[in-house]
Amino acid sequence: MKAEPILQVREVTKTFGGIIALNRLSFDVFEGEILGIIGPNGSGKTTVVNCITGFIKPSDGRVLFRGNDITARPPHKIADLGVTRTFQIMRPYYSLPAYKNLVIPLFSPRARRTGGWRGGGRMGDRNTVGIDILEEIGFERDSYVPYKTTSTLPTGYLKRLELARCLALKPELIICDEVFSGLSMSEIASMVPLIERLQMDGITLIMIEHRLRELFQVANRVMVLNFGEKLVEGGAEEVMADSRVREAYFGSEKVEEVMVHA
Amino acid sequence: MSADKPQRRRERIDRGIKVRTGGIYALMSWREMAYLISPRVLLIAGLLLLPLVMPGMYWKRVISIVCIYALLALAFDFLAHYVGLVSLGGAFFVGVGGYLSALLNTKMGLSPLLCVPGAALTGGVVCTLLLMPCLPLRGVYFAIVTLMYPLFLARVIEALDILGGTDGILGIDSFPSPWLEQYFVIIVVLVLLFGLRRLVNTDLGLVLRAVKDNDQAVKASAMNITRYKAMAVFIASSIGCLAGACIVHIYMWAGISTFALDFSVLPIAATVIGGSGTLVGPLIGCLILVPVSELLRDFGTLRIVFYSLILLAFIVFRSEGLMIYGQRKYHQLERWKAI
Repeated sequence: MKAEPILQVREVTKTFGGIIALNRLSFDVFEGEILGIIGPNGSGKTTVVNCITGFIKPSDGRVLFRGNDITARPPHKIADLGVTRTFQIMRPYYSLPAYKNLVIPLFSPRARRTGGWRGGGRMGDRNTVGIDILEEIGFERDSYVPYKTTSTLPTGYLKRLELARCLALKPELIICDEVFSGLSMSEIASMVPLIERLQMDGITLIMIEHRLRELFQVANRVMVLNFGEKLVEGGAEEVMADSRVREAYFGSEKVEEVMVHA
Repeated sequence: MSADKPQRRRERIDRGIKVRTGGIYALMSWREMAYLISPRVLLIAGLLLLPLVMPGMYWKRVISIVCIYALLALAFDFLAHYVGLVSLGGAFFVGVGGYLSALLNTKMGLSPLLCVPGAALTGGVVCTLLLMPCLPLRGVYFAIVTLMYPLFLARVIEALDILGGTDGILGIDSFPSPWLEQYFVIIVVLVLLFGLRRLVNTDLGLVLRAVKDNDQAVKASAMNITRYKAMAVFIASSIGCLAGACIVHIYMWAGISTFALDFSVLPIAATVIGGSGTLVGPLIGCLILVPVSELLRDFGTLRIVFYSLILLAFIVFRSEGLMIYGQRKYHQLERWKAI
């Protein structure tokens, strides 16, 4: 892991009317690492993703990608730099066959620029490239699955399709908004090696999760959010040992109770 | 079943042809080829023969008008069902295209066969620029703005007395011959119909369809959706302006009535009847609606009543549209197969 931040979030604040979703949040993401972001419901996790990727404009603060200010740029320009995201509620193109979903990102200026999935030069047929990416991400090439209409696919494949859309852009940073949620244990078990492989390929990941056990398997560092503020940041055991984190998750009374009994 | 009869069962014809998805076909024989091609040939041949079988000038003119409305309906269907922009702008496109072609013809003296494509392209640019401000918005704004422009432009022409004011522009050349007029519009309709069908299945067309399906995901795929919407609006408004340009050369007059809302409403009704999202459906819808509306002229004021009843019946009994119904039935055709 290099000690160079690929993404810097500086004092980002977002208010929705009177509600403060993010309150002067700052953190760094380093090249090649997997940063986990956890926190109770409504703690601002998805708002962070939206602020970084430009889907909503921060009320205040700055976001830097490789030292360049990307705050409040339109989403397609941020994605063009290689900062990609998945959506918590999957957003595939339901009316198209699964592999055709990848034609869209492969049509983008970034994919044309970075192209050369098969050893440089021109990119070739987008359908074949799309099926290659789907195979990489766990769609069996010779089965019917990649050719089925997306609306008939189960959640597990839709989550993979979200990741595949990011991969088609040859990303430098992928922000995964709850890729494990809604999946069965066995589906998650097959996703974990996939995430590890992405990291080995040199892609930096931010993972927002509720499934803590699986997240701790892959994440190098974990950050805990509560009410739009950073509670703790550090290694998995370190974070879970922190009393403030327990408080945020279980409520303060219970923690006191536990402590009294202890 | 008695034992001496040969055993046979019914089999759907399209089963062997469609493999894996609806998009990949495997053709094994000329029969299967014929199964796929015959509906298309029927449409093309039918349209090309229409002017020959129509009795008298009046009905020949009706065919031209059918084609004009078919162009507008095609543009509507393309925008609404492949890009997700509901346009009420038929009147807007016809008006802009009509006046532009009239100006090119009367002021610059170009022949109608040059004016029409010229007006289509410049009109497409003008309409796209005027609609640009509402393209980044989602929701009903596009529909409202496209409905507002024709009303606005008609009043501007009336109030400022420009472009001939309420009299309109007179002395526009007609097409060199009635036959040329008929076949020009018919061939334009066919070329654009099959062209658009092809376009929506190219990679660019998939991006446009994706904008309709899920614009946020297209943004997340590093693409500027406003640019692609503008591209689609240019295509659709050029088609609409082409229709408008044809109509002023058919009537040899361009006036405020080219902004009439009929041009916005009838194509939508035709799309509903014909089957939305099929592109050929709108053409079928126009082939029914426009002649029906002519036949009902004899009923005077009752015409609108009958017309509404026909529309109502279609919506109640065949709300999916004729083309979608027909397609399904055609795909369910069966043949006997010995076993």
